[in-house]
Amino acid sequence: MTSPKRIGKIEFGLLSPKQIRDMSVCKVIWPDTYDDDGFPYPKGLMDPSLGVIDPGLRCKTCGQKQGDCPGHFGHIDLAKPVIHVGYTRLIRKLLRITCRDCGRLLLDKEEIEKFSALEDDPYSAETIGEKDVKKERVCPYCGEQQYKINFEKPTSFVEVISVVDENTGKTIKTEQKLTSADIRERLERIPDDDLRLLGIDPDVARPEWAVLTVLPVPPVTVRPSIILENGQRSEDDLTHKLVDIIRINQRFRENQDAGAPQLIIEDLWELLQYHVTTYLDNEVAGCPPARHRSGRPLKTLSQRLKGKDGRFRGSLSGKRVNFSARTVISPDPNLSVGEVGVPLAIANEMSVPVRVTKQNIEDIRAMIRIGPHRPTLRDPCGANYVNRPDGRRIRLIAGPEGNCDTVAEMIEPGWKIDRQLRDGDIVLFNRQPSLHRMSIMSHRIKVMNGRTFRLNPAVCPPYNADFDGDEMNLHVPQTEEARAEAELLVAVQENILSPRFGAPIIGGLHDHISGIFILTNQTKWYTKSEFLYLLKYTKMDKMPEPGKIVDGVPYWSNKQAFSVILPKDVSMFYKATCCQNCNPCTKDSAAGCPNDAFVRIVDGELLSGTIDKKSVGAMDGTILNRIIRLHGTRRARDYIDDLTKLSIRAIMLNGFSYGINDTDLGKNEHKQIRDVLDQAESDAAQKIAIFEQGHLEPMPGRTPEETLELQLMSQLGKARDRTGDIASRHLGFENSSVVMAVSGARGSMLNMAQMAGCIGQQAVRGERLSRGYEDRTLPHFRRGDKGAGAHGFVRNSYKSGLTPTEFFFHAIGGREGLVDTAVRTSQSGYLQRRMINALQDLKVAYDGTVRSTGGKIIQFVYGEDGTDPAKSASGLPVDVKGIAESVLKEEI
Amino acid sequence: MTEKSLEEKVNAALEETPVVEETPEVAEKKSRAKKAKKEEEIELSPIAREILSWNLPKTLFELTKKWAEGKTEEELEELDLDHLHKRIQRLIDENMPVSTTTELVKILTSKHDAGKDVTDEQFEEIVARINREFQMTRVQPCEAVGINAAHSIGEPGTQMTMRTFHFAGVAEINVTLGLPRLIEIMDARKEPSTPTMTIFLDEEFRESRDKAREVSWKIEAAPLHEFGDIETDIAEMCVLVQVNKDVCKKRKIAVSEVLAKAPQKIRDKRHYREFEVETDEVEGILKFIPKNEDSYQNLFQLAEHVRQVIVQGIDDIRRVVVRKENDEYILHTEGSNLKDVFEIEGVDCKRTKTNNIAEIASTLGIEAARAATIDEAYATLKEQGISVDRRHIMLVADIMCMDGEVKQIGRHGIAGEKESVLSRASFEVTVNHLLDAAIAHEFDELSGVTENVIVGQPIQLGTGDVKLMVRRVPPQ
Repeated sequence: MTSPKRIGKIEFGLLSPKQIRDMSVCKVIWPDTYDDDGFPYPKGLMDPSLGVIDPGLRCKTCGQKQGDCPGHFGHIDLAKPVIHVGYTRLIRKLLRITCRDCGRLLLDKEEIEKFSALEDDPYSAETIGEKDVKKERVCPYCGEQQYKINFEKPTSFVEVISVVDENTGKTIKTEQKLTSADIRERLERIPDDDLRLLGIDPDVARPEWAVLTVLPVPPVTVRPSIILENGQRSEDDLTHKLVDIIRINQRFRENQDAGAPQLIIEDLWELLQYHVTTYLDNEVAGCPPARHRSGRPLKTLSQRLKGKDGRFRGSLSGKRVNFSARTVISPDPNLSVGEVGVPLAIANEMSVPVRVTKQNIEDIRAMIRIGPHRPTLRDPCGANYVNRPDGRRIRLIAGPEGNCDTVAEMIEPGWKIDRQLRDGDIVLFNRQPSLHRMSIMSHRIKVMNGRTFRLNPAVCPPYNADFDGDEMNLHVPQTEEARAEAELLVAVQENILSPRFGAPIIGGLHDHISGIFILTNQTKWYTKSEFLYLLKYTKMDKMPEPGKIVDGVPYWSNKQAFSVILPKDVSMFYKATCCQNCNPCTKDSAAGCPNDAFVRIVDGELLSGTIDKKSVGAMDGTILNRIIRLHGTRRARDYIDDLTKLSIRAIMLNGFSYGINDTDLGKNEHKQIRDVLDQAESDAAQKIAIFEQGHLEPMPGRTPEETLELQLMSQLGKARDRTGDIASRHLGFENSSVVMAVSGARGSMLNMAQMAGCIGQQAVRGERLSRGYEDRTLPHFRRGDKGAGAHGFVRNSYKSGLTPTEFFFHAIGGREGLVDTAVRTSQSGYLQRRMINALQDLKVAYDGTVRSTGGKIIQFVYGEDGTDPAKSASGLPVDVKGIAESVLKEEI
Repeated sequence: MTEKSLEEKVNAALEETPVVEETPEVAEKKSRAKKAKKEEEIELSPIAREILSWNLPKTLFELTKKWAEGKTEEELEELDLDHLHKRIQRLIDENMPVSTTTELVKILTSKHDAGKDVTDEQFEEIVARINREFQMTRVQPCEAVGINAAHSIGEPGTQMTMRTFHFAGVAEINVTLGLPRLIEIMDARKEPSTPTMTIFLDEEFRESRDKAREVSWKIEAAPLHEFGDIETDIAEMCVLVQVNKDVCKKRKIAVSEVLAKAPQKIRDKRHYREFEVETDEVEGILKFIPKNEDSYQNLFQLAEHVRQVIVQGIDDIRRVVVRKENDEYILHTEGSNLKDVFEIEGVDCKRTKTNNIAEIASTLGIEAARAATIDEAYATLKEQGISVDRRHIMLVADIMCMDGEVKQIGRHGIAGEKESVLSRASFEVTVNHLLDAAIAHEFDELSGVTENVIVGQPIQLGTGDVKLMVRRVPPQ
């Protein structure tokens, strides 16, 4: 429930000593915490009026129990003032630019004028900095000579008094240490009006308050002590530090009262300053950090706020949540993309609150009777808790000793129960790192056996998930509002179009593409049983008319099979991924495209062409894009479901496998490859010979060495490509890797060439391998050998196997990729964080402008034309070509 | 906003300017422009003039004109221009973006050429659908466009390569690409790690390699040792330079200029003044004598200065490569100095580019810097094969350039200058922001996203920004 009250604003200021005393409930004077019996010392650091941390006790101040009592501040009266480390720079600035006697700003009226604001624009005022005041000048108001103030880290100030000796004319410099009390006195003298010029608001932040005379003691709830297994109490770091402060403070006061010599007083004062400093910030430069007995630096106030796991980023901006689950994911192509399979164990544990009404009371009774233990998938869901209107909560216990039946009789409208998850509940599903909004989408659940979350592989691209052990998180929204938003905004089908480029990010992948390619390439005919086998699990409601009847037996074509899943008004014309860019293109000739790469869809009928990555792949999905535009996202989701099921069936009908013998080449090919590589190596040797004779013509702006390297690289690269060509000439569409490469499912012709032909040149930072031993990469080669083999050219294929040196070179090349990934993730993560922080407040206002939440206008019209990239046609406001194609039903 | 209405506004604004302010220069320019316009009109064919009378936006006019003029007389006679005019006018009346209209006109004309005219019925259907789709693709109020943009640019960052050096078209010049370059752009660095320029040339120079070379001589920094022999005479305690006249001729620079520039530049640019010079203009000899004649160290130091002093070209531009691209010669440089390059004769200032955005901001102004930021970021992503909608990059560029200077995405820029204390504190340097906020008596108005997350309130974006209340009508 959102409360109707909003926090309007938060004000920041310094606490004055008076405020600190006023809000204090207890003056802490004893450095001890608990006595031997385990009771807190009164007026000690764990005084019961500072709040409660033990369950069952009540707070002495507010009378509330642990968990309700927020805790209360106490205070320590410091024997002498002490500087607040966070404000040393402010103090330094103030000491340097104000008079040491009268406290006024060391600028006369005209000089101040320059800084004051223009009448109509209060923001034009600049704050006065240290550099604006000349050193060692004379106060324009009282005529006092000023001296240089030196600041020594972390907290001491020294005034260098220079006096001109009248007799000798020499200046004599004497250093005088300023005590915190002196500093405080000086700061007190600065008038309010002068402070305003410096950007300090004296109403809430008198500078002398930055020199502490009273130290607030945070409530015990902020620094709870924990009881270890052996019954010993272990105090919080803050408590330890406060103990130190009180102890020194006490000693200081005693010495002071006893009239101890100045030297001892000064020492103690410094010690007190040290403890207060480290209490506030334990990472101050020039100050050894206070340590725990074990040697670990203490985590004091600043450290608690700072950094990734600090209060701000760790506990306020991001929090741990209830109603969440996490487990390994695995694929299930039979689920819809909008569904997620949830293990029964998780569904039994997680719940949704339901209010009991007159209408549903009987259903709820049934749930309560089942209780917290739902035995099988088929059983209706049970319930885990019952919440009475008076705030009491009853835990349901299964079994004969349980309370299920009795509670079931007790309930009446107005009560609430925590019902277990059941099929159709909407949940949020997430995989980290959550780099874009599609990393969290809502799915409808399907309770399943097993222990993993199941999802349709087609939703992997937006999550960037695979099934090599990835885990994902699931969250159950608890209010109607949250569920409505989850369904209308976060649902998978609403996120098919990526806001990054305005095209589908969800779509078939890997076997989906291979399968649909095998199905639709060229023309094939299927009998009724085959046809039905393919389309069994799609939402086909009626068999199409058979494409041909031979001898009374009806046959359906492969294109018809695909057409079944298309909406009836789709008309499109485009070139598929498998298009080889022949010149001239023969798509309009009588024979048509030799690769069957030109797709013609008219009125939902695939007339010609092959369906592959371009048509159905994630990030491409041309057809899917059109369907969303014509029929909306739900139809698009159904299309993806049909498509994945059809393609999986298609690939199963044909069978699809890959083995070592798929990389087999003929004798002839092997010889050709050998010849090509021999030729390349001898060419390289020749180039090197020319270079060594000094006859190599350098490229403009390059040395001969660089030129040689570049030329060798390109030469050897070409040789590798040629071996690939030889290999691929031998392998046709009956080879699975060719099918995968051509259809865009996975891999490329290059991968194939590396398996069958030659792996090629290994490189680090785009250059041939050259480091290792003196003038050579490995001791297997001669010094200065520039040949192909000595610098990382691998002439074997993955299948033929690598020689030891080749294997080593290959590992070197491979490692670069690993290092790259490791470095990149941290760098791009930081970039992302910065960008989000810079842009997170921007939104489109009701007048169409882009504004920050503060109201600043960033753009007058979003993206110069007001088009939402998430809804655009790959960036265009209107998909004119697509509309014209649909209407005219012919190629544009 | 359509192009047309924008043009009208600009024209209106131009007309509004009082005549009194017109300096002779401006007047001359205007009259020249008018003349040019008239000339253009005279050159127009009758058909083009007719199309001109339709008052179309420029791109559309060009398109139709080109199409109509490509027709033969007979074809023209058959052509029902009025019909086409009506259709185009219909599109303009629908207030479609120019790009959409242009695309549709292209389709209409190509269909006509193919002999399959679009019927009126089909045309109406297309227009209706375009209209519907146009309405559908408008961005909705409260949309969190900033977060979308940050996600869209940040997410593909994980897919980009780290490899710093890459050859961008020109094998000779290295350019930082990929993620490091993207970070560099977002950091608004004063100088990129590999500054480079693409210099386009005026008509006169772009045609031949030799002419282009001539310009490149004036740009490429050439040290003195390339102009002749330099000897260090230990016996005489001096450095002797014999300037090679042939080289000077080839490089189109007068010998006297070399002689004059060398000592002057050593003093001005290299800040070394401990020497005296004797010049022999006729022979082309320079004699440098160190002031302190006893020290060999000084002599060698002087010799090094003499060798390295740049006597021709622009100091920052270390290398220039001439390349032919799309039938013209283009200069690619290593190092960048936009201001000085603009001064060189033969450089086409309109098209010449640099990848140093800070430099663009200081020489051409913030709008140019914004455009450059967009282009650079877009090109970087595109080179990596990542498609990102231009609008996202525009938004980032806009927020970087909003205050008239290019600001960094991060602690020292946008994130560090936010109004909200809590937002700043939760980004970086937490404690300092809190301490400073206290003495300045700052308020956090809790308007941004982070602040509201921190205090546990709905954020002011998307569905959280809708302020509606239901008034319950009591049952009667």
